Amino acid sequence: MMHTMSQETILKVDSIDVFHGSFQALWNVSLEVKKGEMLALVGSNTAGKSTLLDTISGLLHPARGSIAYEGTDITNMEPYKVVELGITQIPEGRRIFPEMSVMANLIIGSYTHRARARRDANLKRVYGLFPILERRKNQIAKTLSGGEQQMLVIGRGLMSDPALMLIDEMSLGLAPIVVNEIFKTLKEIRATGITILFVEQNVRKSIQEADRAYILENGRVALSGTSSELSEEEKVRKAYFGI
Amino acid sequence: MNGEILNPLVIGVLIGGLYALIALGLSMVFGVMRLINLAHGDLVILGSYLSYFIWTSLGLDPILSLVLTIPVLFGLGFFIQQFLMKRAFAISSEAPLIIAFGIALIIQNANQIFFSPLSRGISTSYSGQSFFLGLHQFPVYYLMDFIVALIVMLALREFLRRTYLGRAITAASQDSKAAQLMGINTKTIYGFAFAIAMISAAIAGTFLGMTFPFTPLSGTQFLMIAFGVVIIGGLGSLFGTFMAGLILGLVQTLAGYFLGAASQMLFVYLAILIVLAIRPQGLLGR
Repeated sequence: MMHTMSQETILKVDSIDVFHGSFQALWNVSLEVKKGEMLALVGSNTAGKSTLLDTISGLLHPARGSIAYEGTDITNMEPYKVVELGITQIPEGRRIFPEMSVMANLIIGSYTHRARARRDANLKRVYGLFPILERRKNQIAKTLSGGEQQMLVIGRGLMSDPALMLIDEMSLGLAPIVVNEIFKTLKEIRATGITILFVEQNVRKSIQEADRAYILENGRVALSGTSSELSEEEKVRKAYFGI
Repeated sequence: MNGEILNPLVIGVLIGGLYALIALGLSMVFGVMRLINLAHGDLVILGSYLSYFIWTSLGLDPILSLVLTIPVLFGLGFFIQQFLMKRAFAISSEAPLIIAFGIALIIQNANQIFFSPLSRGISTSYSGQSFFLGLHQFPVYYLMDFIVALIVMLALREFLRRTYLGRAITAASQDSKAAQLMGINTKTIYGFAFAIAMISAAIAGTFLGMTFPFTPLSGTQFLMIAFGVVIIGGLGSLFGTFMAGLILGLVQTLAGYFLGAASQMLFVYLAILIVLAIRPQGLLGR
């Protein structure tokens, strides 16, 4: 199935260096996200994938380089302002608000001013995508299963009415069948015009699911390209597919 | 039921309402910021003195004086969190305790300087009045304490559950990073949480001042009671705090009734110890 993918850039990360204290996590990383695409960011555990997402979200700020979203410079913007612009991050580790109900978790997702106005419509959309959340809406969030919690954080992110979703390691600790289910839903979300940048450790699976991918190694971009280009690439086949 | 015992039972519940009212702000700050605010008792007493001052200088009814004392304590609470506690939390988890202790000493001494160490009390036209329950007579302001405590508890609870600011405070206390990703400015949200807890402290101060005489050193005494209430009620439950206030009030007046006034606080501490031994998370704690 082909998706209409414009060549318009929604997010441009330009040669950033990011440090955790004195440890340099990202080295001269550049990345471009096209409007409407599903982009994978893959690599091993310490490659710097989550660091890159946190830097885009404004939780970390680069020492060098710049980040622009829809032409606006967001390099040193505070996280709450980044969300207001329409970038939402689904964090790693299913960080639900454990003591709040499912519905309260979703409603807090619509905290930004732009999202409040569209709260009811977005809630309907989330319940449409994940009917299980509607059935469990009054349940305390920590009593949900792992897969349901992952659906909840994706739903909570959608409540912020995003144009760009950053999704960090959603498959971690989930059964493959649940992961496939969620990928299917992500494609539905993408079909409504939301751009998706997702981070995964499973290179093979990610390249299959995405339109394009960037491979990070030790905080540097090692390779990038469309999914078909990358699956043909000998280095990728050897390193990640074992063939 | 023996008619005599009705007296300490009713007084215990009503006074327990005042204890709950005093403890609500402590409970909220503890629940949201995990901060044991050692200055809480003195902040409440500061509220009592402010109401007393407005009553004596402007002749304003103490309940009306809340229009002035609430904004003062709201602002003070925001300032304490944003300019003192936030920096202290960045140093260590003990530093805020020391800062809170310092604030307590400053308020105590300021009250001594401005209001003298003499015992004060606020009396109004309705403070001499009483209501009847059966053949027993009870002061009206005890009933007011209870009703106001119930209203403040429900208002705080609904605020935390139903408003965006309240939900944001709850969310930030459960997962700060996830809260930032929801678009919550976690740099100011705790300031608002502290400030809102201080609204309840201002109300508690006024009603405490109408119920009991107070001195610049009374804060410590009420901090101990509020602390007991929060321990019994459990972290993060305002309803638990309210119920615990009533229990503590009952324990105190019943011990006084059966065993004499000297044993009152002994039994309060025993009740706290028993709850800690049987249910360390408190009656309604998580």
